[in-house]
Amino acid sequence: MELRSILATDCGSTTTKAILIQKIDGEYRLSYRGEAPTTVEAPFEDVTRGVLNAVMEVEELASRKILKGDEIMTPQNGEEGVDIYISTSSAGGGLQMMVAGVVKSMSGESAERAALGAGSIVMDVMASNDGRLPHEKIKRIRDLRPDMILLSGGIDGGTVSHVVELAEILHAANPKPRLGQNYKLPVIYAGNNKAQDQIRDTLGEMVDLDITENIRPVLERENLEPSRDKIHDLFMEHVMQQAPGYKKLMSWTDAPIMPTPGAVGSLIEMIAEKEKITVVGVDIGGATTDIFSVFQGKFNRTVSANLGMSYSICNVLAESGLDNVLRWVPFDIDRKELTNRIGNKMIRPTTVPQSLEELFIEQAIAREALRLSFKQHKEFATSLKGVQKERTISDAFDQSSSGESLVNMMELDLLVGSGGVLSHAPRREQSARMLIDSFMPEGITQLAVDSIFMMPQLGVLANIEKEELAADARAAALEVFHKDCLIHLGTCIAPIGNVKKDTLVLTAEFTFSDGKKVYHELKKDELFRFEAPYEPISAVLKPDKKMDIGSGKGEPIETTVHGGVVGLILDGRSRPISIPTASDDRLAALKNWSEAVNEYPNKNNNK
Amino acid sequence: MAHAYTPGLKVLHHAKVEKNRRLPIKGEITKQVGDLLKPEDVVAKTDLPGNVQMLKVANVLNIGPADVPDVMLVGEGDKVNKGQMIAETEGFFGFFKSNVKSPIDGTVESISDVTGQIVMREAPIPVEVDAYMSGTVKEIIPDEGVIVEAEAAFIQGIFGIGGESRGTMEILVDNREQELTTDLLNESHKGKIVVGGSFVNLETYKKALSLQIAGIVVGGFNYYDLEEILGYTLGVAITGSEDLVTSLIVTEGFGNIRMGSRTFDLLNKENGKFVSINGATQIRAGVIRPEIVIPLQESEIPDTSAHKSDDRGIGEGSLVRIIRAPYFGKMGEVVSLPPELQQMESETMVRVAEVKIDSGVLNIPRANLEMVETD
Repeated sequence: MELRSILATDCGSTTTKAILIQKIDGEYRLSYRGEAPTTVEAPFEDVTRGVLNAVMEVEELASRKILKGDEIMTPQNGEEGVDIYISTSSAGGGLQMMVAGVVKSMSGESAERAALGAGSIVMDVMASNDGRLPHEKIKRIRDLRPDMILLSGGIDGGTVSHVVELAEILHAANPKPRLGQNYKLPVIYAGNNKAQDQIRDTLGEMVDLDITENIRPVLERENLEPSRDKIHDLFMEHVMQQAPGYKKLMSWTDAPIMPTPGAVGSLIEMIAEKEKITVVGVDIGGATTDIFSVFQGKFNRTVSANLGMSYSICNVLAESGLDNVLRWVPFDIDRKELTNRIGNKMIRPTTVPQSLEELFIEQAIAREALRLSFKQHKEFATSLKGVQKERTISDAFDQSSSGESLVNMMELDLLVGSGGVLSHAPRREQSARMLIDSFMPEGITQLAVDSIFMMPQLGVLANIEKEELAADARAAALEVFHKDCLIHLGTCIAPIGNVKKDTLVLTAEFTFSDGKKVYHELKKDELFRFEAPYEPISAVLKPDKKMDIGSGKGEPIETTVHGGVVGLILDGRSRPISIPTASDDRLAALKNWSEAVNEYPNKNNNK
Repeated sequence: MAHAYTPGLKVLHHAKVEKNRRLPIKGEITKQVGDLLKPEDVVAKTDLPGNVQMLKVANVLNIGPADVPDVMLVGEGDKVNKGQMIAETEGFFGFFKSNVKSPIDGTVESISDVTGQIVMREAPIPVEVDAYMSGTVKEIIPDEGVIVEAEAAFIQGIFGIGGESRGTMEILVDNREQELTTDLLNESHKGKIVVGGSFVNLETYKKALSLQIAGIVVGGFNYYDLEEILGYTLGVAITGSEDLVTSLIVTEGFGNIRMGSRTFDLLNKENGKFVSINGATQIRAGVIRPEIVIPLQESEIPDTSAHKSDDRGIGEGSLVRIIRAPYFGKMGEVVSLPPELQQMESETMVRVAEVKIDSGVLNIPRANLEMVETD
């Protein structure tokens, strides 16, 4: 069957967003979008109400009948209805899990990776060696009330007693699910296969136990897929069944409902694989920041649960420290005044920056929230820990060990941002600056934002398993991702190395398709931007002998880069970016960098 | 007429206030529907399961896990006392015996021959829930708790710390602009809820703690100073479980901000009453704001029906408060709600409300307005 039209919704905790994708002249394009408040809580307590409202908005905009009464018409009939309907959900707090493993940095971390990859929020990682006493663990499990628990530990055929001990702790805690009192808590066991019987004996009657393949069958290998699939199945079977209206919603959709971050992650994974690129994606929200990455073909996701721009804004301040926030604020402000302003944003989270000063402060905090989240991500996205490496004499001077971060900024091809502060910044230049200042890309990196956060819907579209639809659905997801979802900001070109102030770090020559040329000599600590459209542009980049632009110190590169709505940005600042500490110097540097990319309006002209 | 939904804080002379008083787990309800309640009356009680202790008997006795059931002197379900011998090895011809003594008073819950450990549970922990405010039992939630109802004046703050508290309310300032300062507090305020005007600083709050004042209601407080009181930096606004003698309710926000006139006037009107307050704040989905409940006597209840919440949001003529810089704290009246987006100084495109403040009219993003719900 050829897919002609697709309706997709994302039921978020506050808003339900619907998009309509249509095949027009042989191309899949986003045609309309609508949104409405999510209706999971009282007085409606039925998620489908919000879905119908959002779809009705699409109907009105598209002048196309999609609903028949309170149902979605599938498949498309003439110009009415749609071929398929799909949805993601993070309403009601998303999927909240607790994971357990024997060794925190080994099976514990693998379990965490599986749960995060499936799109859940990991509330706690319990491990035999996490330093907590059994009664402390029991109290913690009781207090948390997760939606689901993933228990792992031990390699296949290894010691049984440690993982059974964890099961005994779970049994003593007698955990209750967060939603609904009338079902047993789902627990997935993905540990030592030799312990399955004992786990069944210990937990079988108390919880809804599901046994799957070991997450770490041998020390050297992770096997996350079976656990991730199991989490998705149980999410549908148990957790979603408890949320108001989801039974009905599930009966409408043509593919299983996915947790929102799970869908985003799988889309990013697919794009990285299909285009053979490395990708970092970020979604910065009011309470949490999600980061996804694919390096060396390995996908990782982290959720920084308390780094966000409204509910958790004070936590960003607490974790980064006031000085780190202040260094990005381009005007003098009293420290108490600044903390009070940030505190007031926390207690009134829905307010927006009316004055330029407020915008400066908000974007300064965003830089720190992103920087800290990415730091956490780099620490988590590592090669497997505890693996013995065979070393030869040639490795004797190599300092590498197991557990090194997979994130290598020099290898990064594409950095995608989404979430209010990035997607809705008044100027795209501001989004580009926030991404560069916090992620500090090295070498040549394309920058983009997801303008309306369409990645969840495209992610579930890319995951349709029905054979007759799968190929078309994947093609549609990719096509819409490139043509409508991403706003290409441009490319950041940043040579890396240590040189003195005012040194020429890079000479760059760009040739546009119409033959126009741009030549620039980039100095240390300089930021330079010029307008360039999203098209292939030939570049010849010659770094200083101590600088590296991707091929090694002093090695020139001839390549093709793409511009975008912001253009091409040459970044001569060091990594990490050093900001002068003396107030006047700092303000001058911030002003220079801002003006280089036309980041903010001139306040005096604007008044 | 145009309307925009903007959550607001309540300042009500007369409302029917309902409180769910629930146990954390199922238990026994001690009151009947219609019973008159004082704040300290217990309405429900239960026993929480006792704490769990795990003991690695195999390790202590240096035996294999499979041998543990054989050396146990007590079985699953047996009660044990602290110091009681619960396991003993046979030793060598009756000599060199090793044993394990119970670390707690409690019950043996399980004995494992896989891990060699036993699980013991301490005695249950009794828990009681009180009525919190004067009122009547409106409804029983079977096995879980009651709904208490009161005719009361009701005021919400924006942020608070410390949990439930109660006492006689005393206004200590002459007007809403006046700061609550150390010289205004003395021994006579012990156990009372005191009201200040615009601000309370850290030093004054500390004095209130030392005088065992039950609560402070004031316009503003410095975010900066929370850390010293709480012992940590408050990262997300979820409070109420802090163990503080003096609960603090801030009605306007962080900084030195005079208390809203309606809030101050209403508190003044009810000066000297016995009030219940709760500093618990939760700013997430399912928002909880701190509150002051002032139960009214029969004779004080006005003839008009109690205020019902207006969910329509702000419209022309609504009284609003601006809740973000640069006009933070100002109050005014909505003149109109133009539908088209407008550009702010920050270049953000937003829907605005035209608000009459003093003699001028300002364009304010609707998201930066809070409706002041009054009756």
